[in-house]
Order: sequence, then C-alpha cells, then structure tokens
Amino acid sequence: MFDVNEVRKDFPMIMNHPDMIYFDNGATTYKPHCVLDAMMEYYTCYNSNIERGDYDTAIRADKAYAHTRESVAKLVNCETKEVVFLANVTAALNQVAYGLAKDHLKEGDTVLLSEAEHASNLLPWFSLSKQKGFRIHYIPLDQQANADPEALERCLDDSVKVISLAYVSNVLGSVQPIKEICRIAHERNILVCVDGAQAIGHRKIDFKDLDADFFCFSSHKMCGPDGVGVLIGKYPLLQEMDPLLLGGGMNARFYADGSYILKDAPEKFEAGTPNIEGVIGLSAACEYLMSLGMDQIHAYEKELRSHFIDQIKDLDQIILYNPDNLSGPVTFNVKDIFAQDVAGYLASKGIAVRSGNHCAKILHEIIGTDQSVRASLYFYNTKEEIDRFVEALKGLSLESAIDVFI
Amino acid sequence: MSRTDELLNDPVFLRELVMDHYKYPHHHGLIDRKDLLSRHMASDSCIDDITVQADIKDGLIKDVRFDGVACTISTASTSMMSDLLIGKTLEEARDIISNYLEMIENREYDPDKLEEAVAFKNVYKQANRIKCATIGWKAMQEMIDESENRNG
Repeated sequence: MFDVNEVRKDFPMIMNHPDMIYFDNGATTYKPHCVLDAMMEYYTCYNSNIERGDYDTAIRADKAYAHTRESVAKLVNCETKEVVFLANVTAALNQVAYGLAKDHLKEGDTVLLSEAEHASNLLPWFSLSKQKGFRIHYIPLDQQANADPEALERCLDDSVKVISLAYVSNVLGSVQPIKEICRIAHERNILVCVDGAQAIGHRKIDFKDLDADFFCFSSHKMCGPDGVGVLIGKYPLLQEMDPLLLGGGMNARFYADGSYILKDAPEKFEAGTPNIEGVIGLSAACEYLMSLGMDQIHAYEKELRSHFIDQIKDLDQIILYNPDNLSGPVTFNVKDIFAQDVAGYLASKGIAVRSGNHCAKILHEIIGTDQSVRASLYFYNTKEEIDRFVEALKGLSLESAIDVFI
Repeated sequence: MSRTDELLNDPVFLRELVMDHYKYPHHHGLIDRKDLLSRHMASDSCIDDITVQADIKDGLIKDVRFDGVACTISTASTSMMSDLLIGKTLEEARDIISNYLEMIENREYDPDKLEEAVAFKNVYKQANRIKCATIGWKAMQEMIDESENRNG
C-alpha cells in the first residue's frame, strides 16, 4: 500500500492549500506534478501540431499523442485502436448516442437508462428520441440507486436495443453490475454503453472483461488535465459508427462533388486539432495511477469511505442517503438546513464539498430529496481530514450556517 | 445612532432576523389568480427554485407572494423584500431594489431604504451566494419591467 503522506506531496494543490480539505473529487480531481510536467514539456520542448509534420518536434508530438492510446489501453485493458480522444465524457456520450441513433435505432425501439444518470447520459438520448422516434425507459433501482440484473431482465423485450448506464452513480456511488448487465444484454443483441466518469481512476477497469460495447470517461476525474474525454468502443462498432464532428484530421479524401472518405477509427472521431497538451497529460496520469496500483487505490478509498460512514452515521442531525454503498461519494443532508447552507458553512471551515442535485435532476424520485450535500473522496484524502470534517459538522446549526454570511 | 440602527448593526440580532424570516417567511405561498404577474426562477442557479408573484395595479405593488425550495439566504431575502415592496409605487420599488443590488455588490447604498434587508450586506464576501441573495429581487425587477412595458 502506498503512503498517503508521500502521495500528497505529489499534488501541488495540496501543498499550496495544506489546511484545505478537498472532498469534491466527484467534480474534479487534483493533478500530480508528473501530469503538469508532461504538459509543460510539450509546450516548452516540442510544441507542434500532430499528423504529417515533417520535422522533429512534430514527429515527437505525434509519438507522444499516440503513446497516450497505449497508456489508456493498458489502464483499462483494451486495444489502442479502440481509444478515441474527445473533449470530455459528455462529448463521448453524445457521440455514442448520436452514432447509435443515426444507424442503429429506429422508430419504436427502446433505449434503457436509469433515473440516477447524469444529465450527459440523459439529455442526448432525450433529444435524439424526439428526432428518431425511439422510446426511453428507466430500469428499476433500489433506494440507493442500485440496479438489480433480475429486475433489468424483466424490462427487456424485443424493442430494447441499447442500455446506457453509469458504472458508478455520481450522486450515490451505486456500482452497477455492468458485467452481468452486458452478459444479459448481449444474449439479446442489445448494445451497452457505460458512463465511466465516476468509476475511472477509482477502481480497476477491464474493458474486455466487462464486455461493454462502449465505455466513456473524462481525464480530469482521474488526475489528468481538463478538456479530454475518452471513448472506448469495440472496434467493429467504432468502424460502423458515424462521427458527430467532421473536419480536418479525420478525413482521408474529399472531392468537389461532395463525396468524401473518412479515416478509420479512432482518428475519424477526432476532427480538428485535438487537445494535444491534455492528451499528453492524460498519459502521465494513467502511468501515475498504475504506479500506485488501481487495486491499492480502490482498497484505500473503501477504507476511507467506511471510516467516513462510521464517523457520521450516528450523528443525529445527519440524513445519509447511501450508507450501504461501498464506494463513491458520501451523500447526506443535515436536518432542517438547506444543502447549500451546509456547503457554505463547511466552506467557511476550509472544507470543499458540493451541494445541489449534482446534474441528476430526476434522481429525487428515488431518494426523496431534491438536493443534497456530496462529499467525494480520493486516494490523497486522509482519515484525519474525515475526522476534522466530522468535528466541523458537529458545530453546524442553523445559527452557525447563517453566521457565515452575516 | 438610533436604537434601530444599533440593532441593524448587531450580528446577533441580524442572525435572529434571518432565522426568523427563513423559518417563518412572510408572504409565503402562491395564490391562484390569473391577473398576477409571476416568475419562476430556476435557471440561474442549480439549486434554488422559487416562484415569485406580484400584484401590480395603477403603478402600485399591492401584493407579493413567493414559494419554492430555497436556502436561508434566498428565502429570507425574498421574505424581507416582500415586506419592503408591498404598498410601494413602482418608482419607490425600483429605488429600493437598486439600492439592495448595490449593497450586494459591495457598492454604495442607502441603508435606510433597505431596513431589515441590510442583514445581507456581507453576502458579497461569498461570491457564490450572490445569486441566492438576489434571486427573488431579480424576479421582482423583471415583473416591474413587464408591468411597465405592458402599460407603456
């Protein structure tokens, strides 16, 4: 197991804010030195556009960009040609929804989603269902937003063509049985798209073993830079799929009569100059996580979370929404105090959490509240931080929450 | 300094005031009348979701109502706003609103015009709460505009 105090030294944000407790890792994660250094090296030593540059720095940029596909492939166990770089996980989910709606889904078909999904795994489907006439149904979830494969199986009829689900819910941390869902789905020729935004960097992902058809995630939620999303797709499916964006870098030939030939996947999805700096930084992030060990990271986070739950579950004024989930954020409310007032109070104590509906605006049907406070941990957090958090929470009352802004 | 001025500078009093308006908001609960102007304010921030109604006739604000799911700041500030604006002419109301918005942005304002609403004079120190402190007030500003456009 890594030494968390040593790990913390890798993160300039932690060193620059030694007294701040950052529990908003579900929103974004801090970046280690090695990631920042890799990006700085690109800009200071070989800043060039990628593809077809006939000079040394351009060739070096090409290699570094391509190398990230190898790092990602190693991190999530897929083929390098199955790794597509986009702007963020939202872009990846939009690409999948667009591509499947265009050529795979027809009127009367059904796409299965869940009410715990993030906006980015709902709105693209909502919009396309109106254009293409397919239906959207929600799979049944329990009170902590876990899907049960048997209940899912009962929802499946011949009209279901696609299932798109978050591996780990961004509000409740519910972990869906993706492997089992893929097995059931594939028996019926249903495609499965996984929103891996809250899973990546927190647990070992094995794309081949999960047998998902598409797996999407963002770099910034796994210690990598902002502005890079990754779409992993089974290669034949990527080859069949139309890109959402067209332009430079992704075409092979085009003619005055309007005809064109696109490159193969993954390049055909990467129109325009990509976020080269970000993609290079992502490679460093993958290597960094693998050097700590994904299993170790996961085990440490589970330990942190269970310590967190132990500390707050008996506090009278706390309503906990996901005590039994083993990973992901701790989501709660404080009785009679609005979530944003709780977050404002905690901020005054140097603690960063998130309040709101966490972009999952239809989840309230499941958990019975519109808004909540989310404390999301990462491997650089400590038990001492959790203890300080709990102490701060004990000092919270309506009076102290108001005093913050008086 | 008068007794009122003293109280309005006393943090303990201000806290009690905000708590009272939060727990027992004034003019709370919407009424079902088609002739009222109404604004649903949900797009500005992810979390507060309030509706404000105004009964504006002959250049006078006859009533203000509001309801919704909201934090201490937006609930209490909208409650205080209702107290302040009911019975005022549109011109007076505009003046009060503009003084309030100046205060929230930490610019010069006339505290006498804002009465209890000076409780929010320090909200500017927390930039993320400015939206909470202004959500009801902006709804009212929009409805005053609408009523003037309608009659103008």
